[in-house]
Amino acid sequence: MKRLNKILENREPVLIGLILFFMVVMTIAMPRFIKPSNLANILKDSSILVMVACGQFLVILTGGIDLSVGSNIAFSGMAASLINMNNPEMSPWICLLIGMGIGLGLGSINGSLVAFGRVPAIIATLGTMSVYRGFTFVISGGQWVTAHEMTDPFMNLPHGNLLGVPNLIWFALVVSVLFYYFMRYTRSGREIYAIGGNRSAAVLVGVNERKVEFLIFAVSGLVSGLAGVLWAARYAAAVNEMATGFELQTVAACVIGGVSIAGGAGTVPGVILGALFMGLLKNSMTMIRNMAFFQMLVQGLIVIAAMTFNVVMERRREAMLLNRRLA
Amino acid sequence: MSEPLVRQGRLIDERSLKARVQTFVGQWEFILFLTLVGVFVFFSLISPYFLDYFNLMNATFSFVEKSVLALPMIFIILSGDIDISVASIMALASFVMGNAASHGAEAGTLVILGLGTGLIAGVVNGLLVTRVKIPAIAVTLATMSVFRGISQAILRDNAYTEYPEAFAYFGQGYIPGTVIPFSFIFYLVLALLIGFVLHGTTYGRKLYAIGNSASASRFTGIPVGRIRFTNFALNGLFAGIAAVILTSRIGSTRPNIANGWELEAITLVVLGGVSITGGRGNIYGVVIASLLVGYLKFGMALVNLSAKVMVITTGTLLIVAVLIPKILDRVKARRKLRSQRSELHRERTAS
Repeated sequence: MKRLNKILENREPVLIGLILFFMVVMTIAMPRFIKPSNLANILKDSSILVMVACGQFLVILTGGIDLSVGSNIAFSGMAASLINMNNPEMSPWICLLIGMGIGLGLGSINGSLVAFGRVPAIIATLGTMSVYRGFTFVISGGQWVTAHEMTDPFMNLPHGNLLGVPNLIWFALVVSVLFYYFMRYTRSGREIYAIGGNRSAAVLVGVNERKVEFLIFAVSGLVSGLAGVLWAARYAAAVNEMATGFELQTVAACVIGGVSIAGGAGTVPGVILGALFMGLLKNSMTMIRNMAFFQMLVQGLIVIAAMTFNVVMERRREAMLLNRRLA
Repeated sequence: MSEPLVRQGRLIDERSLKARVQTFVGQWEFILFLTLVGVFVFFSLISPYFLDYFNLMNATFSFVEKSVLALPMIFIILSGDIDISVASIMALASFVMGNAASHGAEAGTLVILGLGTGLIAGVVNGLLVTRVKIPAIAVTLATMSVFRGISQAILRDNAYTEYPEAFAYFGQGYIPGTVIPFSFIFYLVLALLIGFVLHGTTYGRKLYAIGNSASASRFTGIPVGRIRFTNFALNGLFAGIAAVILTSRIGSTRPNIANGWELEAITLVVLGGVSITGGRGNIYGVVIASLLVGYLKFGMALVNLSAKVMVITTGTLLIVAVLIPKILDRVKARRKLRSQRSELHRERTAS
């Protein structure tokens, strides 16, 4: 029992086990699941989620939430695609940078509202979620940017290869490593943990609360901007409704990865594994006929299950600590 | 404070008329009311169709469901919680009603099913928040996808469009002999009810106590968990009512029905002056805010502004409504600090 507790306490091995188990089951049920091309597809499908979930992770870590990531993706993706359409000779990398800049700007608006305006994160991002989405329609005039209006180099941003690995996966890898390093080894990263763990204690030891709050939303916006450009280029279409409801998927990846929704606990590898699990789930659901319609339902149920599991584990840990102290 | 004055048989309010007018004018509800008047004047000037009794009454059809959603949301937000699943509860309730109607259920049965579905969904939220103890925002974010997901999983890209004729009255009918919509009168009755619970019962007082400090409330013996649970259940029930009215009005059910309405409901409550951190607010502000946003959108539709502009407006309103009181508070605090400082300075120079 004790040993089981010990294993369950670390989320990463549990998740790896869960993912492997899931893959075995799927392979038995559907042999074409294990094909290398399908596995590559899963990785590519999860890449964008991995990046945005990392940004969401920082926000949730402080006890906040960023509901505007989906709309941010739509706006920056649409803006970058429009720029690409109107300036086909411009380097796609500049488009990417502009998209990231736009995402950063939108994130900074959220950050300013929360950090300096003292607006609760849920309200600020619930508001900007619809504002950004609305402006996506305004800049696009309600039109799509379709594949033949985008340049090939632009669409090559996620589709190209480097050393035989698709660029999209490289992007996710680099972003993951950066987040891992940032959260583990930099002062700002540790400050985010500190604010999430105990806000008043963190402020008392000299953590700048406003700076941290602004930073997390700016970072979340930045990765959303990056994700937006890659999203539009990957699906070769900038649609006004793109990434609707994506915020739930990012939150799902976090809570599956063991991030406490009350803040203070969680790791980047956990979040990445959570995102991979979500990608796996999505892929297998699209493989079974008509299951696509169940996606929304299953997603919600999984989030509830994961959160309940987190809460139960937390309570058990607290009880154990109490017992140890009493013994 | 004024009670001992009354007992002594003296004036109830000894403050000057000017001070009294100042506090009244400075009140959020008064500012809202002035804005509402401003909206009326503005749109009457630019559109000849706005200021017309028949049009104004008919316009209530378009915002009465959202206003209904906002009523129990006052309780939720007042006690420091949030519920972003209400629109999905509506989708689920509408789905259940549509399914029953396609099997030939009567109008009365449909209403009971709609309200029952809403109530059950609210109870699920309440249990997860108060028993499993997951924060309300996380619970309702997940159930938001579960409730609508059920409808989507079964209905897919189909729609229910066959409803009994009698069912149409709730969302389309008028009070006999007038041009006043039945749903609007029903909303006013509900508002009176919620207002009475909020301002006339101990339940309402407890909500304010919980919003100000949940732990202090617990120590004074207020059953915090049970009250928060009741709030969520009530919120579900009212989402069921809104679903009945909406389904009856548009006569069709798709999985994306009432998409994004949680934003509208929360905006109405926050714009109505209910503090998002809990503990402050009243019914008058929310009712005025509902009329204000409703008629603002009616006017915007009259002058052909697109739905997207309205969504932007709602989002902006929500943020501004939270931001302005915060800024005002800060300005007030700074002014107070300055006057205290100058007083201190005067005392020092005098001595």
